[in-house]
Amino acid sequence: MSEVIVITSGKGGVGKTTTTANIGAGLALLGKKVVLIDADIGLRNLDVVMGLENRIVYNVIDVVEGSCRLKQALIKDKRFDNLYLLPAAQTRDKSAITPQQMRKLCSGLKEEYDYVLIDCPAGIEQGFKNAIAGADKAIVVTTPEVSAIRDADRIIGLLEANELRNPSLIVNRIRTQMVKRGDMLSIDDVVDVLAVHLIGAIPDDEQIVISTNNGDPIVGTQSVLSGKAFTNICKRILGEDVPFIDLHSPKGFISRLKNMIKFGNS
Amino acid sequence: MPILNRRTSKNVAKERLKLVLIHDRANCSPEILEMIKTDIIKVITKYMDIDESGLDISIGNAESDYSDNKVPALYANIPIRNLNKTKSS
Repeated sequence: MSEVIVITSGKGGVGKTTTTANIGAGLALLGKKVVLIDADIGLRNLDVVMGLENRIVYNVIDVVEGSCRLKQALIKDKRFDNLYLLPAAQTRDKSAITPQQMRKLCSGLKEEYDYVLIDCPAGIEQGFKNAIAGADKAIVVTTPEVSAIRDADRIIGLLEANELRNPSLIVNRIRTQMVKRGDMLSIDDVVDVLAVHLIGAIPDDEQIVISTNNGDPIVGTQSVLSGKAFTNICKRILGEDVPFIDLHSPKGFISRLKNMIKFGNS
Repeated sequence: MPILNRRTSKNVAKERLKLVLIHDRANCSPEILEMIKTDIIKVITKYMDIDESGLDISIGNAESDYSDNKVPALYANIPIRNLNKTKSS
């Protein structure tokens, strides 16, 4: 059964677009047919994060206004089978599309794709209302900071008021060393405060910056902790019961091996 | 490992967040609390002699009777000065 999932956060800059790109690519790698919609009209960025900015001809506004056919606006990602992007318009604003039009667009796309992922703009105004209009489910992204968590809580309330109950939570940019020192809220703290279901936790990782620089999603790279964390989120979306990665031993096997050698020497 | 209840910045953040969220969720500003306080004083002084300056009203957490989750609760601490102010007339 097809599903429309909106990725939202309230606060800007917590990693919605990166999350959308990586979950989209991850679901495609797991064999699903996926389309990503950039709902951030006027401030589009999903195209650059995906590395598809040079291939845009038409956008989502052209589609809803009937200036082109849906097929013409969809960009096929050549690196992943069955991954498509419907870019936002850059020279228009949030009022160029209505919630009704989004609902119609989503239900049309659902017939052909397994997953429709919507990258929601920051804020709680028109852009947010458009982005959530056609969604069946919501994923809320936050970071372990008071401002992001407060906004996430507000968004969770607004989602519930719009019949999008029980959203899933992604805690992004966790810095293990700071959590250990007691200077950053842990994943458990964030879940405790927001009281929603956790679907994934992403460590703060230089590799994500590099992957965004290159316009290449990190999700397939299992050797990178954040890449693995995104793969796990995708599997959980598909209903698999995947244990959470222990972020507290970020170097994993190698560091454990080193510790063993040290132990052996002493 | 941080010692339990040590005043780490994380614990400060969590406490502040919990309070802010209670107010956000209840959609209840300090001004509204002040209005509730004034009204409560009005009602109770009809029946009892209370210490108005000692009256404290706040929103906090309470154990729910129906689930394991904590629920927001309105706390009012109202010191009574004289119980015998029964206005029978």
